[in-house]
Amino acid sequence: MAILVFAEHSNSALKSATLNAVTAAAAIGGEIHVLVVGSQAQEAADAAAKVEGVAKVLLADDPAYEHLLAETVAPLVVKLASGYSHVLATATTFGKNFMPRVAALLDVAQISEIQSVVSADTFVRPIYAGNALATVQSKDAIKVITVRGTGFAAAAAEGGNAAIEAIPAGPASDLSRFVGAELSKSERPELTSARIVISGGRGMQSGENFHLLETVADQLGAAVGASRAAVDAGYVPNDYQVGQTGKIVAPDLYIAVGISGAIQHLAGMKDSKVIVAINKDEEAPIFQIADYGVVGDLFKLVPELSAELDKVKS
Amino acid sequence: MKVLVAVKRVIDFNVKVRVKSDKTGIETANVKMSMNPFDEIAVEEAIRLKEAGVATEIVAVSLGVQQCQETIRTALAMGADRGIHVVTDAELEPLAVAKLLKAVCDKEQPRLVIVGKQAIDDDCSQTGQMLAALLGWSQGTFASKVKIDGADADVTREVDGGLETVTLKLPSVVTTDLRLNEPRYASLPNIMKAKKKPIEQTDPAALGVDIAPHLAVLKVEEPPKRQGGRKVGSIAELVDKLKNEARVI
Repeated sequence: MAILVFAEHSNSALKSATLNAVTAAAAIGGEIHVLVVGSQAQEAADAAAKVEGVAKVLLADDPAYEHLLAETVAPLVVKLASGYSHVLATATTFGKNFMPRVAALLDVAQISEIQSVVSADTFVRPIYAGNALATVQSKDAIKVITVRGTGFAAAAAEGGNAAIEAIPAGPASDLSRFVGAELSKSERPELTSARIVISGGRGMQSGENFHLLETVADQLGAAVGASRAAVDAGYVPNDYQVGQTGKIVAPDLYIAVGISGAIQHLAGMKDSKVIVAINKDEEAPIFQIADYGVVGDLFKLVPELSAELDKVKS
Repeated sequence: MKVLVAVKRVIDFNVKVRVKSDKTGIETANVKMSMNPFDEIAVEEAIRLKEAGVATEIVAVSLGVQQCQETIRTALAMGADRGIHVVTDAELEPLAVAKLLKAVCDKEQPRLVIVGKQAIDDDCSQTGQMLAALLGWSQGTFASKVKIDGADADVTREVDGGLETVTLKLPSVVTTDLRLNEPRYASLPNIMKAKKKPIEQTDPAALGVDIAPHLAVLKVEEPPKRQGGRKVGSIAELVDKLKNEARVI
């Protein structure tokens, strides 16, 4: 049987999490079809067709899909699902929003945020903020799955040459309507796909002080994140939050500044390759998982880090 | 307008969970249990809607073992009006929870259901969306702002790129995110009063819902431990290590 991967995209390009989901599909094994739902999304479909391992791209291009509301997307996926053994989507706020709707309408369980594939029906997923890993086996004929991006390498964006098949839009829904979005604008890389992330916590003391981190981020080509405490305090917007209930990241280098290291925060970053902690409290739990800890005043140490990076780069 | 909130009994968020030595699950004996923090936010939001004159009655529902009564009592002490306890000793998957809640909704006919966006034990983040699907209702997930406006609800959602606002036709299911509100503590007089509020008991069979699991948990293990704890003396040393030892910059 074939596997359907729901692409997350911007109409003009694929979101990187989609490439991780394709790798998860490859690990399950079977012909991989990518579903692109959007409005004027030909470019995204073209990009999906080039991804290595993709056999076919289904493109549902319709003005009704300008904003992908769960109430509109789910019926389309449900209609297609009967031809597949697995339906995969990204475990982002996008995939998490509509996929349970798909599962419920199919009367099957959803397996959330798998981080590895044991076999075609058995998967590993984190529970309790990643403090335990559950191996679960599905008894359903169609497995509805969201994929945690950090668990799977990105599939090669080039190398494939899949056919693109246009499909009709699904049934319309008037249950909900898109009103508007306030999206954070940033020239920096996306938090979940950045190679380096520098995050600040309550120790930053104010939103203005985040410019210290932004300076270092720009030197390193890094994304800027935050702990829940910093978001709750209003220093930075919600989309900066790394943790159990925010974004899950696993960059090559994660620099935690003024973050004590609550388990809920660790859940979002402990799979990073190298972790650096800068904190004035040497007892802070973050140091227990940090590969390199520096104890001291961040307002002195971060500018020092910036100066030192200037030196090594020049 | 009647508002229904679902509240789950989970291991308290402050407890460091331990995996059972036989790998069948998580140790829950003698562990502090509390209401799922996201469900507290759901209860608080319902109470604020009542205080604003929008909601007329708040029904708190919990599903599971006998002790879920305590979780319902907490919701009643915060300000919910009455409780419904669907009693079962079985482990419930989100789909079963959604089906049970649908059966309760069919009976109670609320205009709005508010649930947490995820439970901090299984971290599934499914129940609200599944319930909306089964009822054929609109959904507003990861809400940081809810405004009821006649036949509609305007919900601001926390999404990966920032915030998004949708208008939902009522009835609807809303799932709460962290910034929606800060839940109140129940006062002592309200805890006393809550003891007199009614809790109706029912069970999956009476509701006519099949709760058979679709998934089998084969094992639960601890994740690999990270070898951390090393400190360096200066920023210069840190940068040197990152460059020459870890080779990440």
